[in-house]
Amino acid sequence: MNTVEIETDVLVIGGGTAGPMAAIKAKQKNPELKVLLLEKANVKRSGAISMGMDGLNNAVIPGYATPEQYVREITAANDGIVNQKTLFAYAENSYAMIEELDSWGVKFEKDENGDYAVKKVHHMGTYVLPMPEGHDIKKVLYRKLKQTRVSITNRLVATRVLTDADGRVAGALAFDCRSGTYTVIRAKTVILCTGAAGRLGLPTSGYLFGTYENPTNAGDGYSMAYHAGAELSGIECFQINPLIKDYNGPACAYVTGPMGGYTANAQGERFIESDYWSGQMMQEFYQELAGGKGPVFLKVDHLAEETIANIEAILHSNERPSRGRFHEGRGTDYRQDMVEMHISEIGLCSGHSASGVWVNERAETTVPGLYAAGDLACVPHNYMLGAFVYGRLAGETAADFCSRHDFAGVDAAQVETERRRIFAPLTRQHGLAPAQVEYKLRRLVNDYLQPPKVARRMELGLARFAEIRADLEQMTASNPHELMRAAEVGFILDCAEMAARASLFRTESRWGLYHYRQDFPAAGGGEWQVHVQVKKSPAGEMTVFKRPLEPYLAPPEATEQYSYQHLRIKSATATA
Amino acid sequence: MSYRTIDFPVKVNLDKCIADKGCTVCIDACPLDVLAIDLSTGKAAMKYDECWFCLPCEKDCPTQAIHVDIPYLLR
Repeated sequence: MNTVEIETDVLVIGGGTAGPMAAIKAKQKNPELKVLLLEKANVKRSGAISMGMDGLNNAVIPGYATPEQYVREITAANDGIVNQKTLFAYAENSYAMIEELDSWGVKFEKDENGDYAVKKVHHMGTYVLPMPEGHDIKKVLYRKLKQTRVSITNRLVATRVLTDADGRVAGALAFDCRSGTYTVIRAKTVILCTGAAGRLGLPTSGYLFGTYENPTNAGDGYSMAYHAGAELSGIECFQINPLIKDYNGPACAYVTGPMGGYTANAQGERFIESDYWSGQMMQEFYQELAGGKGPVFLKVDHLAEETIANIEAILHSNERPSRGRFHEGRGTDYRQDMVEMHISEIGLCSGHSASGVWVNERAETTVPGLYAAGDLACVPHNYMLGAFVYGRLAGETAADFCSRHDFAGVDAAQVETERRRIFAPLTRQHGLAPAQVEYKLRRLVNDYLQPPKVARRMELGLARFAEIRADLEQMTASNPHELMRAAEVGFILDCAEMAARASLFRTESRWGLYHYRQDFPAAGGGEWQVHVQVKKSPAGEMTVFKRPLEPYLAPPEATEQYSYQHLRIKSATATA
Repeated sequence: MSYRTIDFPVKVNLDKCIADKGCTVCIDACPLDVLAIDLSTGKAAMKYDECWFCLPCEKDCPTQAIHVDIPYLLR
């Protein structure tokens, strides 16, 4: 295989949402810098928002919400386990980011006076800004990347971050999933923007790529950050979302809610007070789904024709536009039918829950020169707007770092070891198909890690995962595309092991269904008011430990905490 | 183990597809890189059954040659 060597000041890995913003902001901060945006697919249509997005879920807009109020609400929504400094950095920068995106041509819903038409979906505050015409957000980002003269490279699969003897970032290693060319990128800073770990659990359909998240996001960044020695946090706080049954898109209560739609049980009754996603909400959803009044549905059939037509127009053109096609195939019409819902497979994602790479309020990880943003970075509930805000923070912080540091030395042994590891499947004439190893691994993830969680089950899972780790040495690939899938199995396995070990460590229940331990069903006391961190030790062992909570800057009031702990409508009790 | 004709989610109308004239829009757009030129026809075709039915290939096709179905397992 050929080897190509590239040198850049700032390397951004992942060209979906946070990545383009990080690259643009690094370049704007210092136009002299070389900024390279590396993408596994093609930046034009990659990532979670390849077909746009139908709204901002957590916009903090003056007149509707204050940063303090938002930070208190998300602290309650994430069961107290947050670094409020990171939430404040998001909340305080979110409005400026909306205005900037608006000036670039991203369309947000406005009222007749030209003000943002913010809607209420959450328990307390008002934070949802619809984007009924949000389908071409990637085009806007792409245009801006070109204007800012960011270098872009597509179809490169990054597999490891390079570090020097002192643990500082020296670059990254990647291969081209079409030509197979090995690429050594020397960089002063690396910004990881690789999205969620979306191929962790196996969807109930059994279809490997029928995941909630864009399946390109296999957990690459979680694995790369881990092997670079960075701390990861909240990994035991899984992502589980309410989805349309079989169609892996969200039912979109955030779109339908403000128009009068809601989540209902089989009797058409509302059973939760608010549809804002949290672990506590998922617990109620799961109970109703499995209970005597299940399953669960999205109900809009009571709405007026004009409203339903509007809902269809938004949902069938944004984010997951094939959903109209799915309904058509099943003969589902919103006018007469409630839409059957289910829960997603488990994943890791900070945009929706809290599982991610530990970052501070400047998007710095615990590894010098390494930054993270978007669904990958542990800033709870920050969604798409959080990806933009933290992309900006990461880009600007990395640009500052570059002006103060020269390149770190590249370790030739790391480059050679990774070359042998990555390309080994191409050299094997016989062996295991990556798709089969992935299927087995993800089936076992469902069997042993899907909540409710129990220690013995997760220990058995770890034993099975260890066997699969040995199987990685037997995978075979006949071309660079299959080699990409083989590399991804390694990422998924690292995520599965981290998910099991972090979940075993936290011997209490928290975040509703996300971390419901049947063997420790109650919330622990003060000893569990901590972050749980995962990190690779210098000896190469996976270690799990507590990181104390920073004192709150805006402590949630008792009534605010109560509203996230009591989501079920008073009259509605689940029938077992 | 081989199958004669498998229905893939991404269907390409060979009369409309202009990949043989140098167009690679759908192949570039696919986030999972499952599309490629079929060397026997010179047209775009689904090479790997790893579709997320996200639709950029269909929306961006300059000749409307593509239709994406929901994969059978999910239909």
